[in-house]
Parts: sequence; structure tokens; C-alpha cells
Amino acid sequence: MACIQPDGTLAPSGEAILLALQTPKTLGEVAQETDLDLFMVRAAMREFLGAGYVEKEGFTYRLTPQGLTALEGSGEAGR
Amino acid sequence: MDEKPEIRPMPRIGDPAPAFEAETTWGHLALEDFKDRWLILFSHPADFTPVCTTEFLAFAEIHKELKDLGVDLLGLSVDSVTAHIAWVRNIEEKFQVKIPFPVLADSDRKVAGLYGMIMPGESKTETSRCVFIIDPRQMLRAMIYYPMSTGRNMAEILRVVKALQTTDQHGVATPANWQPGEMVIVPPPRTVEAAEQRLQQGFECVDWYFCKKKLQ
Repeated sequence: MACIQPDGTLAPSGEAILLALQTPKTLGEVAQETDLDLFMVRAAMREFLGAGYVEKEGFTYRLTPQGLTALEGSGEAGR
Repeated sequence: MDEKPEIRPMPRIGDPAPAFEAETTWGHLALEDFKDRWLILFSHPADFTPVCTTEFLAFAEIHKELKDLGVDLLGLSVDSVTAHIAWVRNIEEKFQVKIPFPVLADSDRKVAGLYGMIMPGESKTETSRCVFIIDPRQMLRAMIYYPMSTGRNMAEILRVVKALQTTDQHGVATPANWQPGEMVIVPPPRTVEAAEQRLQQGFECVDWYFCKKKLQ
């Protein structure tokens, strides 16, 4: 899923996922909170891990300082 | 020099589903993104064609029921992402139906090749109407192929999913034309001793090898 758009901003689904990760969660918990399909959350997490926006510990994902910066500069959280 | 056609083995029931990564209308997706849930991967010949449009409408109609059964949907054709986006937007505009699943753009036919979706006798370039039912362990559990002229039957696709899930949950088989709630087939005994016991086990038996039971 293209959560990070070509101009570097977050897509709405990506923003929802990062917002959910303000407290650490498993993939299933993120899917439940955002009402996104599990496969979309898994694909997004791969993208965010690659960008350094999230980090993984066991089955739990958490927002990194870079992820928080991206979230703050985007849509809902930035307003 | 004549170029020899590449011969690829067809996928088989019981094998791991061939892995892939590709662009879709919902971004970059990989087969492994769908693990832990069932997946129906289905191909269609081309965007903006009438039979395929009826099928997309029909898949959209059963999407909620499939989701409740733990099944995700992923469409595929050799058209580009741009064509897919234009088509799903057109469907929404003309039929007021939002397509609630991603559509894979297999322009280089990589995924079609892995899954044997192109039937050269019918079309050398377009994918036929194939349905691959993949379980949460990403094993191929069922494959249904339809010719380009025949739209798929959603009730049958749902029935196969429910039959496979019933088999996994209860260790039984399902008879011809089985529908959820009907009696299921107890696997035949493997030994003479078990065959002798079978008739005393309270099943509805025609003979030792042919017994049915109701699921609780």
C-alpha cells in the first residue's frame, strides 16, 4: 500500500496507521483500530519499517521519532 | 532462430501458492501480506469489458460475506494500474458500486505465468477467468477455471470456501452439491478393524465406506 505518497506526504490510510501506533500495537490491533484490512496494514508496515517511521519488537510495532515527525507534518495530526 | 516457448509447471492443489509482489490499485502488495487469512486470487481477461464488469459487481456483492468468513479478494489482469483505476472508477460512476478489493496490474504477466492464468488456446495475451483459493498458510486449496465467454458463479465460489473451511474445522469431506448445514461425509476407514467399528459409531451409513453425519 502506498502509505507514503511520491511527494513524501502520508496517504490517509498511512496517517491512520501512524496515529494508531502512538501507542504500540500488533498488526491485528492496528487493523481493528483503523478498520483497515490486515493485508493493507501488513503492507503498510513493511513500507513504514523501510522508511524508518516504525520499529518492531516481537509482534508489536511502535512509532519512531521520524514517524512522529512525519505524522505531525501531515493532515490530522498537523492541524 | 525460432524462440522456444517457455514451459512453466501449472500450480497444483496442495502446493504452496507461488509468491509474488506487484503493484495494485491499493499500492504495492505481496502474497505474504495476505497470510493468516484466506485469499481468493482471481484473474479476468480485460478491464472495460462487459462480462468482467458483471463479475466485479458480483465479487463486490459477496465481499462482506467473504470478509466475515476470513477471506480477502485480489483481482488481476494484464492491464496497467492506470487502466484498473479508470475502470473501478467507471464502475462506481455507472453502477454506484465501490470495488472493495485491490486489483493487481500484471502488465509483464509475471503472476499470470506463475499461476498458469493464460490459456494460449484461448488467448495468448489475456488471462482467463481463473480462481485460486489460498488458505491462511498460503497453500493452494482449490482452483477453478472458466473460459472468457462464461462469467463466474459467486454462489459456487462461496460454497467451495465454506466446504474447505468445514473440512479444516471438522476433518470431514463434503458430498456433491453440499450446502452449509447439510450432512457431511465421514472419511472412509483405513483398516478392516475400523471398517467393522464404523457401522456401530452412530453415523448414517449406506455401507462401511459411505457414512454421513450431522455437524454439531
